[in-house]
Amino acid sequence: MARAAAFGGWQGRLLRVDLEQGTARGEPIERAVLEKWVGGRGLGVWYLNQEVDPQVDALGPANKLIFATGPLTGTGTVAGSRQMLVTKSPLTGAVATSNTGGYFGAELKFAGYDAIIVEKAAAAPVYLWIDDDRVEIRAADDVWGREVGATTGILLGETHEDAKVMCIGPAGENLVKISAVMNDMGRAAGRSGVGAVMGSKRLKAIVVHGTQGVRVADPAGFMQAVQDVRDHELLNQYMTVTIAEYGTSDVVEFSDELGLLPTRNFQQGTFEGAAAIGGSAVARYNLKGVGKTKACFGCPTACGRVTAVEHGPFKGRGEGPEYETLGSLGAVCGVSDLEAVLKSNYLCNELGMDTISAGVTMACAMELVEKGYLSEGEVGRPLGFGDGAAVVELLQKTALREGFGDALAEGSYRLAERYGHPELSMTVKKLEFPNYDPRGGNGFALAYATQNRGACHIRNEVHCVEFFGISLLGITKEEGENVDRFSSDGKAEIAKQIQDYYCMIDSSGMCNFLVISMPHAAAFMGLVEKATGIDFGGLDGFLRVGEAIYNLERLFNLGAGLTAADDTLPRRMLEEPFVEGASKGHVPKLDVMLPEYYALRGWDAAGVPTAERLAELGVAGGAAL
Amino acid sequence: MKAQLVVNPDRCTGCRACETACSFAHYEEFNPQRSAVRVSVFTNDAYFLPVVCLQCADAACVAVCPSGAMHVGEVDGNYAVLVDRERCVGCHMCVLACPFGCVEDDGAQSVRKCDLCAGDPACVRACATRALDYAPVGTVASARRKALAGRMKLEEGRQ
Repeated sequence: MARAAAFGGWQGRLLRVDLEQGTARGEPIERAVLEKWVGGRGLGVWYLNQEVDPQVDALGPANKLIFATGPLTGTGTVAGSRQMLVTKSPLTGAVATSNTGGYFGAELKFAGYDAIIVEKAAAAPVYLWIDDDRVEIRAADDVWGREVGATTGILLGETHEDAKVMCIGPAGENLVKISAVMNDMGRAAGRSGVGAVMGSKRLKAIVVHGTQGVRVADPAGFMQAVQDVRDHELLNQYMTVTIAEYGTSDVVEFSDELGLLPTRNFQQGTFEGAAAIGGSAVARYNLKGVGKTKACFGCPTACGRVTAVEHGPFKGRGEGPEYETLGSLGAVCGVSDLEAVLKSNYLCNELGMDTISAGVTMACAMELVEKGYLSEGEVGRPLGFGDGAAVVELLQKTALREGFGDALAEGSYRLAERYGHPELSMTVKKLEFPNYDPRGGNGFALAYATQNRGACHIRNEVHCVEFFGISLLGITKEEGENVDRFSSDGKAEIAKQIQDYYCMIDSSGMCNFLVISMPHAAAFMGLVEKATGIDFGGLDGFLRVGEAIYNLERLFNLGAGLTAADDTLPRRMLEEPFVEGASKGHVPKLDVMLPEYYALRGWDAAGVPTAERLAELGVAGGAAL
Repeated sequence: MKAQLVVNPDRCTGCRACETACSFAHYEEFNPQRSAVRVSVFTNDAYFLPVVCLQCADAACVAVCPSGAMHVGEVDGNYAVLVDRERCVGCHMCVLACPFGCVEDDGAQSVRKCDLCAGDPACVRACATRALDYAPVGTVASARRKALAGRMKLEEGRQ
């Protein structure tokens, strides 16, 4: 197969896989499409809108699973490791955009593809083996049912020792709605249940090995821009101090101090066990003799780690934990036994489940029991906040849909609804909350309520300007400053700007951690421009592309049946302020901010984008370029 | 400056920025397969080891080369083992002879290996943790002694 011209960081083609027919063929991606939608999230969402009816059954053969890298993936930029999984989510019924790092995305580029589109479903379990232009769909009988580590080892043995593996665990196979797709063993495209979509297609894994280069439009300018980023003081501070030592695990105690560390299914914002599961406690479990962290492709920060529990009932080893896992499987479940949290993390990695949704779903069950809405007889064992052993046992049952695990496998919303109390599900659009309680910041609350994929922190990090002292887009005048987190003033504008900006980060192929530690947004835009050759016409033009992507997702959601009524928060967060901690007494003023936000977005009162705004953004009809 | 390329495995985080930097410096593309330095990754052990030509004093690749393409020379005043691509006949004996896997087939009837980038190695510039360094020979030994002493101090339980 002739290779499309390599240009602009892109390889200029995708791999289209039809699992029913058993075919896989390369296909050029029009340059105009790449220039308009950039890559990653933008490109994936564009293909989703073009090719998938939003009304389809997310677990049926008409749904497609799209793996999309960005123009910076696999280049020499800092942290050009990311790829985006785009599909219709079985958990939310909305657009799923699930991002992952590690090495897989870069390797896919080296094999000569910007993206893979997986269509229909195989009759029996298969895996895809991509070795540059040679692509095979192979039987996966020997790995179906196996955990992620074992699957990875076996498939490397069957293919190439230097290949990279992306796969589902038992959870994805069993269509668990909170299942992840894992790659490079411990990295996860975690959110929105993308593992179940892969499972519904009986696609156990994709294994890739590539030997082709990635070229950029302005090589010298690009490498100079990369060097400028490397030399920047803020990046160095970030990577050598803030993140490098503890990864994100140090955020546990920080959030606790701010009174927004979700605890016991978000009933409290402070956790007495915060220190027990915080950064310095976790560091004691770093793999023996390893005094360093672990990086994704091209990343100078290296926020990952491998830990091990050497003895006892929670013995195990694996990648993690990071902050969200410590929060969800720790504080949210009231668990302060760090070894139990570590074991839960290892299990989620091996079974292929989202640690956030798993923890928050477990906590929902705990509160249902606490309130007397669910009996321990139905659960099949005692279940209360703080019981780490119960979490460990139920995680396994969830992945296998055994006993009560079958109810947990549906996620927090369906679980709470089943027992008559959907208000106890801590979700937006049925996606479980990560670990910054919206009562701790108004902008953050608005971003959660309106984010296209549901309650998500990483598509709109308003917490950067509300409490991390990171100035994102110059929103605060100085690094280290924050805007008033309890005020709703100006937050609609801030949330919109950050959401649009993150569409661009997620489309570039770079990790947002590294983008937010760059000197300013223009430096990031410069990297994308020098790689692709696109002239965005300044930062405003750059953000307009992000806004177009955001609206494309919104159109998909509206087509899928979501409405303005879904742009909200659980009642608890709107009506029940915390009674202690640094965020006590506050609830977000969503009713004030939401109309302002719709107006800024050019959406009508029903939350539908106006034709004028869509035309301005070049999103006419939702499908055109 | 009497310098050499130094690998500090304890510092490597497995990001592989050295690989893209090397391939870019020599081929203007990002392609680990064309990098002269490759990182061996043992994911679940958090063990990473960059492997690159050691510039052997008694180099097997030089000894075995029938055409004289592989030769001993100087880069920035330092000893180096280099390839003269004009003289290479593409027999790949050097690839077979190198015990460390640091000479590789480069397609177009030649081989590639680390050439120390004229004394300013691109991999070193890209390495955030200084797992790769280009340092005077004297400082290498002294840094290693200090690191060893530090580890022993830790093992004896003294912070």
